[in-house]
Formats: sequence, C-alpha cells, structure tokens
Amino acid sequence: MELTTIWFVLIAVLWVGYFCLEGFDYGVGMLLPVLGKDETRKRQMLSAIGPFWDGNEVWLLTAGGAIFAAFPHWYATLFSGFYLPLLLILVGLILRGVGLEYRGKVDSPAWRARMDAMVVAGSLLPAVLWGIAFSNIVSGVPIDAQMEYAGGFWNLLGPVALLGGLTTLALFLTHGALFVALKTDGALRHDARALALRLGVVAAVLAVAWLTLLHGRTGTPLSWWAAGLAAAALLGGLALAARGREGWAFSGTFVAIALATTSLFLALFPDVMPSSLDPDWSLTATNASSTAKTLGIMTVVALVFTPVMLLYTAWSYWTFRRRISGHHIPTEVHHAAVEPQRPGR
Amino acid sequence: MEALDLARWQFGITTVYHYFFVPVTIGLSLLVALMQTQWMRTRDTRWLRLTKFFGKLFTINFALGLVTGIVQEFQFGMNWSDYSRFVGDIFGAPLAIEALLAFFLESTFLGLWIFGWGRIPEKLHAAAIWLVHIGTLLSSYFILAANSFMQNPVGYRVNPETGRAELTDFLAVLTNPVQLVTFPHVITAAYMTGGAFVLAFALWHLWRPGTPRTDAPMYRRAARLGAVVVLLAGAGSAISGDLQGKIMTEVQPMKMAAAEGLYEDVPEGEGAPFSIITVGTLDGREEVWALTVPKLLSYLATGSLDGAVEGIDHIQERYELTYAGAELTAAEDYRPVIPVTYWSFRLMIGLGLAAMGVALAVLWRLRGSATARDDREEDRPVLRHRLWGWAAGSVLFMPLLANSFGWIFTEMGRQPWLVMGLMTTRTGVSPGTTTGEVLTSMVVFTLLYGALAVVEVKLLLRYGRAGAEQVPEDASYDPADRDDDDAFVFTY
Ligand code: HDD
Ligand code: HEM
Ligand code: HEM
Repeated sequence: MELTTIWFVLIAVLWVGYFCLEGFDYGVGMLLPVLGKDETRKRQMLSAIGPFWDGNEVWLLTAGGAIFAAFPHWYATLFSGFYLPLLLILVGLILRGVGLEYRGKVDSPAWRARMDAMVVAGSLLPAVLWGIAFSNIVSGVPIDAQMEYAGGFWNLLGPVALLGGLTTLALFLTHGALFVALKTDGALRHDARALALRLGVVAAVLAVAWLTLLHGRTGTPLSWWAAGLAAAALLGGLALAARGREGWAFSGTFVAIALATTSLFLALFPDVMPSSLDPDWSLTATNASSTAKTLGIMTVVALVFTPVMLLYTAWSYWTFRRRISGHHIPTEVHHAAVEPQRPGR
Repeated sequence: MEALDLARWQFGITTVYHYFFVPVTIGLSLLVALMQTQWMRTRDTRWLRLTKFFGKLFTINFALGLVTGIVQEFQFGMNWSDYSRFVGDIFGAPLAIEALLAFFLESTFLGLWIFGWGRIPEKLHAAAIWLVHIGTLLSSYFILAANSFMQNPVGYRVNPETGRAELTDFLAVLTNPVQLVTFPHVITAAYMTGGAFVLAFALWHLWRPGTPRTDAPMYRRAARLGAVVVLLAGAGSAISGDLQGKIMTEVQPMKMAAAEGLYEDVPEGEGAPFSIITVGTLDGREEVWALTVPKLLSYLATGSLDGAVEGIDHIQERYELTYAGAELTAAEDYRPVIPVTYWSFRLMIGLGLAAMGVALAVLWRLRGSATARDDREEDRPVLRHRLWGWAAGSVLFMPLLANSFGWIFTEMGRQPWLVMGLMTTRTGVSPGTTTGEVLTSMVVFTLLYGALAVVEVKLLLRYGRAGAEQVPEDASYDPADRDDDDAFVFTY
C-alpha cells in the first residue's frame, strides 16, 4: 500500500476512535438534565465518564495533529475554510472541559446549574457540528484552484448537512444513554436503558436517511456495505438493549458509529476534500500529502506507540469497570467547596 | 486592523494565556509527585496532606491548560493556513507525535491518579503522577522542537517545484542546537514556577494568623521544598539561558542586538556593555541615563568579555541585501519592536532573580528547623511580619510572568520572521479568512478566556486558603484495605 493510503486509513481510524469514544461522553453530557433527575444521579453519570473523557478527547487532538503532519493542505483548507463551525466546536470543548472539572469545586446549586449548562452546551455543539462538517467534506464544498475554500458559512448548512448533524446528535445520545445503562446501577440504569431504546429508533431513522442521501451521491459499493452494516449493528444493538443486554447493546452502537464513520471515509477516498467547483481542484490523498519521508517516519512512530497507548487506555477502562451506584457517591464535600455563610441573609 | 494584525493578536493572546497554565502543570506535577513519594517512603501523613492539597490545586490549574491547548492545536490551520502548507511537512510531525506520545499519557494517567485513590495499588498510584509528569516533559520536548524549527530551521530543503519546505533529516529537527538549549531552559523555568507555587501557598499559611499551630511544621516542609526547587531550577535557568544567548546570537543576531537596543557594531576587543535600566527614547537610540554592566553583553552573546557584537543597523543592511528579492522573505524592516524586546528580556531575568531572592530569604528564615527536630517545631514561631504576606502573594507571579516575558521576547524578537530566514509572518496568514471571522474568534476567545481567568483565580484562592485537609493518622489507600463497596474516594 502507498504511504498516503496508509495515512488516509490511520486518520480514518483516529476519527473512528474519537467518535466511538468521545461520542458516548458527549451523549452523557447532553443527557445530564434528562437522566440526572437528582444530584446523586447527576454525579453518578459524571463519575462514569470522569476518568475517560479527557483521554477520549485526545483522539481528536491526535487526528488534528495527524492531518497536519500527513496532509498539510487538508489541515490548512479544512480548518481555515470551516472557520466559524470550528470556532464553535472549540468554544464548546472549552465550556465542557471547564464545566466537568469545576462542577464539584463549589457546593452551591447555582454554581452547579451553571456548570451543567456548560457541559450540556459544550457537548451539544461538537456532537452536531462534526456531523455537519463531515457531511460537507464527503459531499464536497467549493474549493478553488489554490486549494482555498471559496464558500461562506451558510454554504455549510445545506439540508443534507443539517441532517448529518442531527444524525450524529441522535447517535451520540443513544450511545451515551447506553453507556449510562452500562456503568450505573439502580433506577438510573433502567431509565437510561428505556431512553436509549427510544433515542435509538430516532437515530436509526436519521442515520438511514442521511447515509442513503450521502452515499447516493458519492458512494462506492464498499461504502454502501459499511453503511448497511452500520445500520444493522445499530438495530442489533437496540434489540439487545431491549433484552437488557447492556454490554452488547453498547457494543452495537459502538460498532455502528465505527462503521458509519468508516463508510464516510470509504466514500471520500481517494479524495480528502472534494471540490464542488471542479474535480481537478479537489484535495486528494496524494496532492494534499506530506513527503514520503515524513509519512515514513510518522508510520514508524504510529506503529510503535499506538499499541502502547491502546494498552494503557484499555487498562484504565478495566480499572474503572465497576458500575457506580447511588451509595458510591460520597455525601460529604471538600471543606473548601462549602459556600461560606454570609451574615444578614 | 487587517486580518493579519488580528490573527497576530489572537495568536499572541491565546498562546500567552495557554502558557500561564503550562509551566504550573509541568512544575507542580513534579512537586506533587515528590510529595507523594515522600509520603510513600516515610508514611508521614503531613506529606499525604500536602500531596492532596497541592494535587487539588494542580487539577484546578490543569483544566485550563487542557482546554486552552485544544485551541492551539487547531489555530495554525485556522489563521495560519499558508504557513501550515509551507512547513506542514516538518512542523506537523512533532505536533502529531506530541499528541500520540504525551497527551494520551497525561490525560489517561491523570484520570487514573484523580479517580484511582483506593482503586489501584498505592505504588501504581504514585507511579501515575510520575507518568503525568513525564507526559508533560514529552509534550514540551516535541512542541519546543516545532518552535525551535521556527527560530532556526534545520533538517529541511525547499522544494523548488512546490515552493514548500520538505523534511530531509528528522533527527536534525529533534536535535536542533536551539532545541537542545531551549528545552532545559523552558523546563527549569517551569520548575521554578512550580516551586514558587508551592512556596507561595505554604508561606501564606505560615504567615496567616488563622493557621493551626499544629499545621506549621507541615507548611514549613512545603515552603522549604518549594524554595529549594526555586533556587536549584533558578540556577539551571540562568546557566541554560546563558547558553541560549550564545546560540541565539549565532542564528538570530538581530534578536540579541534588539535585546540590548544596540544599534552600532561593537568590534572585537572593546566589550559591549549590558544595560540594566535605560532612560531615553523608547527605541533606545538615544539614552539619557543608563545603569550598565561593562562587557556583559559581549559575554552573554559570545562567551568572551571582549567578543564582537553586531549592531541592529548593520544587520538590517545585511538582511536587506540577502532577503529583499523573494516574496516569502521580503520585508521593509527586519527589526523587531525594540522596546518590547529590550524590556521583556530584562523583566524575564529580573523577575526570575527576584523569585530566587524570596526563596533564599525564606530558607534563611526557616533555617535550623531541620526535619529531624520537627516534633518540637510546633513551638517555633511562625512568620508574622507583614512582608512575608507580601512575599507569599508576589512570589507566585514572579516566575510565571518571567515565563511570559521570556516567550514574548523569543517570539516578538523573531519578527518579522515566522520561520527565520524562510518566511515572514505576513506571508503565513490564511488568505481565505475574512477580517470579520478573525475578529469574531479573537473577541470570543478573549472574552471567554477573561471569564475563565476570573473563575480560575477564584477557585485557586478558595482552595489555597482553605489549606490542607485532615487525614486519618493511618490513612491507607490500598485497595486491599478497602471494602469493595465503599463510597468512592473521588467522584465528580
Ligand atoms: C522563570 C522563568 C525564566 C527565567 C528566570 C529566565 N528565563 Fe530565559 N526564557 C524563559 C524563561 C526564563 C522562557 C519563557 O522559558 C523562554 C522563552 C522561550 C524559551 O526558550 O525560554 C526564555 C527565553 C530566553 C532566551 C531567548 C532564546 C531564543 O529566543 O532563542 C534567552 C537568550 C534567555 N531566555 C536567557 C536567559 C538568561 C540569561 C536568564 C538568567 C540569567 C534567563 N533567561 C532567565
Ligand atoms: C512552542 C510552541 C510555539 C509555537 C509553535 C509558536 C508559534 C508561533 C507562531 C506561528 C507565531 C506567529 C504569529 C505571529 O507572528 O503573530 C507566534 C507568535 C507569537 N508567539 Fe509563539 N509559539 C509557541 C510558543 C509561544 C509561547 C509559549 C508564547 C508565550 C507565552 C508565545 C508567544 C507568542 C507571541 C507573543 C507572539 C506574537 C509575536 C508577534 O506577532 O509580534 N509563543 N508564535
Ligand atoms: C503553540 C503551540 C502549542 C500547542 C499546539 C499546544 C497544544 C496543547 C494541547 C492540545 C493541550 C491539551 C492536551 C490534553 O488534552 O491533555 C496542551 C496542554 C499542554 N501543553 Fe500545550 N501547546 C502549545 C504550546 C505549549 C508549550 C510551549 C508547552 C511547553 C513548553 C506546552 C506544554 C503543554 C503541557 C505540559 C500541557 C498539559 C498540561 C496542561 O493541561 O496544563 N504547550 N497543549
């Protein structure tokens, strides 16, 4: 295989990892007000993603860095072209990270409400916007002969793209609900499972509609297969969720998201950002890439260190494998978190 | 303002802001790891309390380092797309490697450290914070390799067909002479910051009237540890900074001349003086009064008291001849903004020295309270003079600001170059993005960062003031000692 192809595949893998992993913690974040009916339940949900969300986010950072290293033109065109959506995603990620980390630091309902709002908004923005972005990447956007994006912000919000945004949103919500069902106990677990079933049906309808529209335009036989299998995995997962098999159901949405993402990259290849103005102006895995020298070095680095990273990541998930139930949530708070009593109130 | 100016302001603001948190993360992770190791060795619960206290402050700080770092990763593509296209072949690799090697390590093991109390064996738990620290070092190494390429491009060639820089020797990029002196300098500067952080909070508790007397020995230990780290790392940063000056003079003579505001060449044998403070015109062309150290500039620049130092005017002429011909390298003025380089260089050194001064004073004041006599330490007086309160409040910011000024010097001293000798900043900006877009993002980031700063300072003060929590005398976090169905030691 050509080095450029290898890197196309590796970058696809990084996005798959990002959507499959961070997808569930976006879902959990968004469901905070829905499933977290009281403070204990909220904290159960947050603690379930606590040790993982930052590591999950690094998949995105690595994907960004890898695109820069392997396909500098792709990096340059994509992020300068999709400027405002990316800005919103970054704002979302900032709000979310701060909300998650600082929520428990002050023991007051008003503070927590503010942080919860940040977590919800910060999870929602990337969940929707990446769907919109990928829909546009696959269907093609105006790119001129200098590889510059020639459209505006509103070009990115066509009907198919919006459908894409709703699809990723619904998928991540389902994925998140199943994660809560898998990692918590008590009433929360049952509520989460019931909600996942309802959300899952919506996600399946949206995903089938979006993937059909998308692949109908640019699909290849292989990408159709991947999309079809994604739908099958999602439905299978839901059927298992209905039977109370949470672990398998979660694997179902995991595989569905992985295959759906794969189908996008299969439809894209060998382009990385097709131009809707002139196919000759498309960015491809060859004309957007770094030199063979850089790709070769990066390949060695990736081959050596990715397995190590996967090992300790897996170990971390194993360490925190236990379900979190209400009585695991400590009742006392850190002495610094307690709001001082103001006299005269 | 045009998109270019806005993009520059935005990059400066977001990067300086990211770098408020970075040295604290690098330095404090080391100190917390040392404290936890001390506790494991001695089982003295005072070290455990300190570990948890500073660990808490560490996580408050880390959160912002993390979220502001994400912006950095994507900014090059957003605002500097032509730059990304030009150097992507070389510059992207360290960035990607940094994410794969360092960010995964940091985030995963920090998660294990925060949530792992009582979940994983104690030794493994202590190893987790050490791995976080190693992650920060790896992170710094690769990002600094990227930055050093911009200061002194090596291991590349410019492909005449595509007009882009291409990698020829990756090892050369990773062992850039600039990188080899920059890395130790940045790391020792970060250790100073971490040391000063610990010193500041400990000193404040020793000074504050409300601190329980029984806690004084604990804070004394912390203050001593912090002060020793500040002094050792301070010495390290002076040595490495001196080495940096010599390499810098070789590869960026303009920056050294601008650091002194030296316009005329000083020939071999005369010895150029270094001014500590100058009063005169802002660009330093005419001085009214100056406090100078003879021959010091020659020493900083060349390692010899009589070494020749080239002046700004001469370098400007030289660069015009060499670079004016090509689009990527042409500039009207090859001089950076002299007042900025002049004062930022002095502030970096001065604030670092000031922090070392405070550390020395604290060690002197606490002398004799060696650990062996700690049991009786409770009876010793705590620091009461108002000055100690001032020292505690200010020492925190000295190395922190010294770091910012050091970077402002490094980056603004490189201007008008984006990549020294290859590409000017003007030519690196994204051609497609509009002024409106850049303005929007700059306003959004500035407001958001401003608000976050308020929250962060509030939390740090709150937790810093509250002091170290009590722990049971026989505290143990070994999973073997805990009932599997206990409440978690840490949850969100
Ligand atoms: C606590 C912080 C701190 C302290 C006390 C010092 N520095 Fe520094 N300095 C930095 C923090 C820093 C920095 C922020 O980390 C920089 C910015 C980029 C870099 O490599 O390190 C820097 C850059 C920097 C540069 C520019 C390198 C370049 O542009 O290539 C020079 C020449 C020095 N330093 C020299 C010194 C000397 C001679 C010092 C003391 C005698 C000194 N620094 C103390
Ligand atoms: C090591 C990683 C770094 C890289 C790769 C990097 C890269 C850059 C780039 C691309 C610019 C060009 C934009 C411009 O000219 O305005 C720049 C400028 C700048 N950077 Fe850095 N930088 C790094 C670290 C830092 C740090 C840590 C700070 C501050 C704490 C900093 C402060 C600045 C400032 C103030 C400018 C503006 C200079 C000017 O425009 O006059 N940089 N840097
Ligand atoms: C402009 C260049 C820079 C980029 C692109 C960048 C990127 C990032 C990113 C993406 C993160 C978040 C990682 C996570 O998810 O855990 C981060 C955090 C960090 N960065 Fe930067 N960074 C830059 C400048 C620097 C510099 C100059 C240093 C050190 C010398 C540095 C050291 C660190 C460290 C130690 C952390 C983790 C600690 C923390 O969150 O505070 N970075 N950076």
